[in-house]
Amino acid sequence: MDKAFYVCTICPLSCEVQLEIEPDTKEIRKISHNRCPKGKDYAIKEFTSPERTLTTTVAIEGGIHPLIPVRTDRPIPKPLMHDIMRVSAQVRVKSPIKMGDIVVENVLDTGANIIASRNM
Amino acid sequence: MKTIKTDIAVIGGGPAGLAAALAAKEQGAALVTILERNEELGGILQQCIHHGFGLHRYSQELTGPEYAQRFIDEVETSDIDVHLETMVLEITQDRVVYAMNAKDGMMRIEAGAVVLGMGCRERTRGALRIPGHRPAGVLTAGAAQRFVNIDGYIPGKEAVILGSGDIGLIMARRFTLEGAQVNAVVEIMPYAAGLTRNVVQCLDDFGIPLKLRSTVVHIHGQERLEGVTIAEVDDSWNPVAGTEQYVPCDTLLLSVGLIPENELSLQAGVEMDAVTGGPLVDHRMMTTVAGVFACGNVLHVHDVVDYVSEEAEVAGSAASAWLQSEKTQVPDVTVKAGEGVRYVLPQSIDSRGEAKLFLRVTQPQENVVLDIGGLFQLKQRVVRPSEMIQVKLSRKILEKLDSNAITISVAQEVKAVG
Repeated sequence: MDKAFYVCTICPLSCEVQLEIEPDTKEIRKISHNRCPKGKDYAIKEFTSPERTLTTTVAIEGGIHPLIPVRTDRPIPKPLMHDIMRVSAQVRVKSPIKMGDIVVENVLDTGANIIASRNM
Repeated sequence: MKTIKTDIAVIGGGPAGLAAALAAKEQGAALVTILERNEELGGILQQCIHHGFGLHRYSQELTGPEYAQRFIDEVETSDIDVHLETMVLEITQDRVVYAMNAKDGMMRIEAGAVVLGMGCRERTRGALRIPGHRPAGVLTAGAAQRFVNIDGYIPGKEAVILGSGDIGLIMARRFTLEGAQVNAVVEIMPYAAGLTRNVVQCLDDFGIPLKLRSTVVHIHGQERLEGVTIAEVDDSWNPVAGTEQYVPCDTLLLSVGLIPENELSLQAGVEMDAVTGGPLVDHRMMTTVAGVFACGNVLHVHDVVDYVSEEAEVAGSAASAWLQSEKTQVPDVTVKAGEGVRYVLPQSIDSRGEAKLFLRVTQPQENVVLDIGGLFQLKQRVVRPSEMIQVKLSRKILEKLDSNAITISVAQEVKAVG
């Protein structure tokens, strides 16, 4: 049986949740070391399809600074973080931009938009 | 010299200053003036482009700029007077503020009350006394954050980060996402200084090693940093011979603590707390100088901005109330840090009202109780030095107090038998 460990980030207790996994089928057989049900859900999500909100910057013309901070408007699959960084590196926007304006729509077909984090 | 008369002068337009100015306005102050040395409002939040701000206040995860924008929008639609690119040079005991900028030259600002919101700055290499040369490439994590997130420069290609404070962890991820390599994060304590969430999402996600009980013992390179020697430390933080390891890098980021920036407060004659590095304040956030209030990181270093806003609102509205009637209740109870508590703020409160205490413990512990001056006890499943604890004291509880001092301490939980 394979084992996987995930430090739960839901609350400050930081349980190190342990998963036992069937090596061939990748099925979760047992979940332990979580002190509440949230830890179980967290570990399952981290094992099956971890997601992260990505925050970065894109170039802006005519702004007070050369960059404007941006974010994905919903979490994106963790393995796509670097690919989305390559997309955002190519983006150039023009001032004025409002917080919440869409900078890249449906980035890499994730269903998430890249939006501006501030006015500039 | 140009003279300005104002009711409330707010020093600093970061999260503390913004919230204080808005609260002062709300409480009825007619003239509120913000003095900010940067070219825009928002303070350090503008370079904190990561998310996780506002969980307590708005129940959602905002980025730093988004959190700031909410306050900036409110300030811009109010009649608060904002002076940008304006450096405050001196604050006097009778609340005269001297400031200057390129447009107005020197200014004399006569304020009814002053709110200090200057924030903090980072500890630098000088504070650590790391042996070795002084090459380029050694900088604080916050300075690097400004270069990367605001100015668009990456300070190096291969980094080591000393200190596992949140800014250091956040910068490990930022460097990695921007294409640089982070070889290690080195922490002298046996646990990470920053939030667990940041250890997971900034280090574990990218396979960056966190070396605990270790430190940088030598800096190599003449003109440009070439590498560092790291070593394990013993219980008294001395390097252990034989554990040295050379790690190549062209950049060393320091995330080794923040220092409240109180030069102006000291000039005004404000008394300081040796532990927090900030002013002594009462329940109104008023310092030992009448009419001078303090809030945010200039007072003590916070872990979440939400609490800065809350504290600043207390300071701002109290400043306004004080101006309208100096007779607002004066403190009559001193608050002290006992066993297991590093500090408690405010250092004095008014027993005839209610109070909110902010405190930090000395070490991480599980299943403990906080003893609030024998008045009551609060169970805590886990306490950590990195996470500030808030305790509310209601009017009812304070009525029971029959002493002029309260001591807050950490005790082991005693399980009831049977």
